Amino acid sequence: MLHMFKKARYISVPHENRETPYPPAVEPKATAVTKSSLPRLSAPERISMTADCDSFLETDRGIISSNPLGFEGYSEKTSMLREKTGLQDGVVSGYCRIGGVPALIGVMDSRFMMGSMGSVVGERFTRLFERGADELLPIVLFCASGGARMQEGILSLMQMAKVSAAVARHHEEGQLYVAVLTDPTTGGVTASFAMLGDIILAEPGVTIGFAGRRVIEGTLKARLPETFQTSEFSLEHGFADRIVPRHEMKDTLKKLLCWHRLGGHEV
Amino acid sequence: MNKSILYHKDRPVIDDWIDMIFEDFLELHGDRFYGDDPAIIGGLARLGNSAVTVIGTAKGRKTKESIARNFGMPHPEGYRKSLRLMKQAEKFSRPIITIVDTPGAFCGIEAEERGQGEAIARNLMEMITLKVPILTVFTGEGGSGGALALAVSDRIYMLQEAMYSVISPRGCASILWKDPSREDEAARQLKITASDLKQFGVIDEIIPEHGGVHLHPQKIAADIRHRLLSGLNWAEQTDDLVGTRYRRFRRFGEWEEVN
Repeated sequence: MLHMFKKARYISVPHENRETPYPPAVEPKATAVTKSSLPRLSAPERISMTADCDSFLETDRGIISSNPLGFEGYSEKTSMLREKTGLQDGVVSGYCRIGGVPALIGVMDSRFMMGSMGSVVGERFTRLFERGADELLPIVLFCASGGARMQEGILSLMQMAKVSAAVARHHEEGQLYVAVLTDPTTGGVTASFAMLGDIILAEPGVTIGFAGRRVIEGTLKARLPETFQTSEFSLEHGFADRIVPRHEMKDTLKKLLCWHRLGGHEV
Repeated sequence: MNKSILYHKDRPVIDDWIDMIFEDFLELHGDRFYGDDPAIIGGLARLGNSAVTVIGTAKGRKTKESIARNFGMPHPEGYRKSLRLMKQAEKFSRPIITIVDTPGAFCGIEAEERGQGEAIARNLMEMITLKVPILTVFTGEGGSGGALALAVSDRIYMLQEAMYSVISPRGCASILWKDPSREDEAARQLKITASDLKQFGVIDEIIPEHGGVHLHPQKIAADIRHRLLSGLNWAEQTDDLVGTRYRRFRRFGEWEEVN
């Protein structure tokens, strides 16, 4: 195993020194950002910063986790977190307006089992994308998740396929989907809807990746640089369109929604 | 799930399955973006009277080959190669057969640099709308998203002692209980055996191993071949295959409705 990694790392080295005419993908000051100094936001805070005043109407609030595997301690945990956070699960979704444009919004909340995706998160997002496809509405998702929710076993894995299928349906209706990656966006969420946005925005300095940093460090038996799996790393490698600071997020979303409503030509 | 059977040194790997199930096979390489991932084998094959596209994860038979094939753990280019071959199959109306036996998508620096998450996500979204039938056989390990990226399929068959899980039992035990030695307990809780998965509707058919596939691989291969031919027949008679596939994945999940 170690041999392979040595080889792999050797191969990866020329990447940094390659003699290509490409301009640098990021400005130096952006690469200097390593860890986010931004506090994580709750879903209600994020919605109030993003949606126009009083425009948010929550949908599908009535579905809660049922512990399909009978996993030890899981029901107690979800019930305690519902009580503590006032959330039904790791996501809040519904209708809103952003800069006057009607849209659907979904926001993950890391306070609820690190925003992990089980049946409830999967079902709410699937319904959101199906609604967007039926009602021809754009969708903005704020991702924040540790990945699949292992307490729901294979059913949580199936949510990745289920939501991605609904994203495909929304896509086929020609509707805009903007994914906003916030801290952290990892695992099964990265490997499904987070990476499927027509446009992918990221907050500065947040963790974005597929595999857990510690898993990779454990295999390599080495520490990885702080810049590994950050938004800047994603941008540099071509997996995010833009890094958008929090204070510019609403304006950026407004602009994107407006321009997509205009269409590509005058009618 | 019997670990001594699942991890038996003579358990067939993809090369064996391809030899035993199909009449002929021509391997095709490369993702056309970055490289050719040896952890995924793909190409054209004949099954009865049909030309099919075959794609699967490759663990390698002997240590040296296993190392070269990264123990069946694909990089993003492996998933991109598989998607290229699936799109090609769609263009030429060929059914797709995938054979899955992987610990999971590779977790490493380069895999992250080249977008492991994006590669898997893309496969999930594209496979759901492919117009040709997709049949999948789980022959050993089904490691999470790395396996799912080849298994957004119309019919899924699973060998009796194979497993398919969102996380390795060991990983689950270390995260939940900070104690990887409790992996057997985690395995039971996660419900990852063929019979568990059949109950959830995640797989359609369990292929009996009659004491272990390594004891009589030809017999099991003949069974798989027979089932695949029936599967193709079923797909041919199914109207709206794409809609049926959407509904198959749409129904997964359990929750309660409250006010």
